[in-house]
Amino acid sequence: MASTDTRPRHAELGLGDADVLGMYRAMLLARAVDERMWLMQRAGKIAFIISGQGHEGAQVATSWPMRKGTDWMAPYYRSIASAMTFGMSAEDIITAHLAKGDDVSSGGRQMPGHYGGAPYNIISLSSPVGTQVLHAVGIAMGAWVRGDDVVAMTSFGEGTANQGEIHEAMNFAGVHNLPVIFVCENNGYAISVPLERQVAGGSVAARAAGYGMPGVVVDGGDVLACYGAAKEAHDRAKRGEGPTLIEARVVRLTSHSSDDDQRRYRDPSEVEALKERDPIPMFANELRANGILTDDGEETMRAEVKAEVNEASKRAEARPEPTPDDAHERVYADPIPGGGTAVPLAPVGGGGH
Amino acid sequence: MADLNILEAIRAAMDEEMERDERVMILGEDVGRKGGVFGATEGLWAKYGDKRVLDTPLSEGMIAGAAMGAAVYGLRPVAEIQFADFVYPGFNQIVSEISRIHYRSNGTFSAPMVIRMPYGGGVHGALYHSQSNEAYFTHTVGLKIVAPGTPADAKGLLKSSIRDPDPVMFFEHKKTYRLFRAEVPDGDTVVPIGKAVVAREGKDLSIFCYGFMRTCALEAAETLAREDGVEAEVVDLRTLRPLDLEAILASVEKTGKALVVHEANRFGGFGAEIAAEISEKAFEHLDGPVTRLAGPEVPGVPFHHALEDWFMIGPPRIVDAARKLAAY
Repeated sequence: MASTDTRPRHAELGLGDADVLGMYRAMLLARAVDERMWLMQRAGKIAFIISGQGHEGAQVATSWPMRKGTDWMAPYYRSIASAMTFGMSAEDIITAHLAKGDDVSSGGRQMPGHYGGAPYNIISLSSPVGTQVLHAVGIAMGAWVRGDDVVAMTSFGEGTANQGEIHEAMNFAGVHNLPVIFVCENNGYAISVPLERQVAGGSVAARAAGYGMPGVVVDGGDVLACYGAAKEAHDRAKRGEGPTLIEARVVRLTSHSSDDDQRRYRDPSEVEALKERDPIPMFANELRANGILTDDGEETMRAEVKAEVNEASKRAEARPEPTPDDAHERVYADPIPGGGTAVPLAPVGGGGH
Repeated sequence: MADLNILEAIRAAMDEEMERDERVMILGEDVGRKGGVFGATEGLWAKYGDKRVLDTPLSEGMIAGAAMGAAVYGLRPVAEIQFADFVYPGFNQIVSEISRIHYRSNGTFSAPMVIRMPYGGGVHGALYHSQSNEAYFTHTVGLKIVAPGTPADAKGLLKSSIRDPDPVMFFEHKKTYRLFRAEVPDGDTVVPIGKAVVAREGKDLSIFCYGFMRTCALEAAETLAREDGVEAEVVDLRTLRPLDLEAILASVEKTGKALVVHEANRFGGFGAEIAAEISEKAFEHLDGPVTRLAGPEVPGVPFHHALEDWFMIGPPRIVDAARKLAAY
């Protein structure tokens, strides 16, 4: 659709210069934390890394319309930038990866990449892929039953899109027009298996038609396109018009994890070409072209981000380790023979706090 | 006091809890307008509307997973799995998610929810409408497992389960639904989770049971008293996890003999746990081998009535096993 509007794209979407600079900074910060954690993994401080590099544009952009403290997120293991946009700090993320005793996600109980944070409405993630999508649908169902103005968002890879639970989740959300946004971050590989061997028809978004919801394909390198799709999905959900499936075509710049080596199953030329679709320089170029981002501005921003990551990792490393005498606690929410302590129940609409 | 059967008691518990707490909702297959295939939710859809009594697609993973999401959000979902035999598509959600979210989030999230499941045989349901699959769940830390055998316990325990801050699997033996009526206390009477009850006092041996086996064990105990002069103590466990070990050991200390009865097959069944606890903790009180009476080692209840009768444990088989143990 041609627009007669001569304003820059972000202004057309209702975003100010400060918003897009904030989004760019959030992407830089997530990337910097991610890169720092790889270094910490190589140094033996972090046991395992599963990276979000290449996904930051789609993640920041799709999370950006969500209302902090109101809306909910059911993340997956690459959701570093989404989790940070929902409120997790660089220190929270690094602390969780170091499995420290006071880590907000799990107190050192879960592996790296298992995002969660009750203060941020980010529901705790497990490892079997796809389970979290039903949790987002359940949160949306809860909001719908109660009549609350709450939207749930969930993300997952295209490999996970083939789990039966994804079908169960989308069908149910479609039946009742639940306020949920499904974000499939399609990076073309389920560990080593390419898209054409996983997804019949080649598109996850195309499946949305079967569930009676819009399915939107966006370029995950095009931050504003991702934002526009998510904003529209959020508006629809709030209007009671139901769920949306967004498929963001992203790049996986790293191997699947620190235990994987993608050179075993991807051509070097293919890996090299991914850099062309790295959302960070793509978005920087757009912001520069519009005169929003200057060299000085970027330099200052990168220096701030570096200082923030330095400070965050220093503080995270100084946090206490968990102790085995605490490992049998909080098995059950109330005291029963064998351990467990009481916690207050989540209040409706702001659970988990 | 009202005379209710177990099905009516379960319905009354849900009705009262929905009335008391607007966070309570029901979801499952056919639970709405139809009122459930067994009628457990009859009348609730008309009273509470189709959001709080929600018909779902045939989608057990969804029922379990969405119930957990809603529980984390702050509701108190009561999910009905139409037959315990059909729970397996939801097994991943129950075992990987519902049981673990409290622990894995270091206590910052909880899943206060109930999964109700009709289980058990004796109703011509064959391999896939008769299973007693409680042992898959009793092994799972993070769940509480309840299996009542009387109308009063069904009502009081379901009310406790709905109010409990942890996920509860609530096993309803479908053969007991309309088997008999008994007095149920009026008003807001709850039965605590984790407490067994001595259903019949005795001095010669202890029979440990739950669900439908309570009825069978009590009948067997009367036969033993009448024909053999053997006084069997019948202990209805009511909750399988957390297990009321104190009550079990107290009974064994009194009688010196333990017979554990369940309908599920024996190998790796729940009775093994009770037998092991007794052997470890009451060894010096034992005056005979801890004995299990359980279902046969076949994959499920076969259909033909002669085959089903062969499978099921009734009072005569409990009498036989108890006689042998009493004579030891």
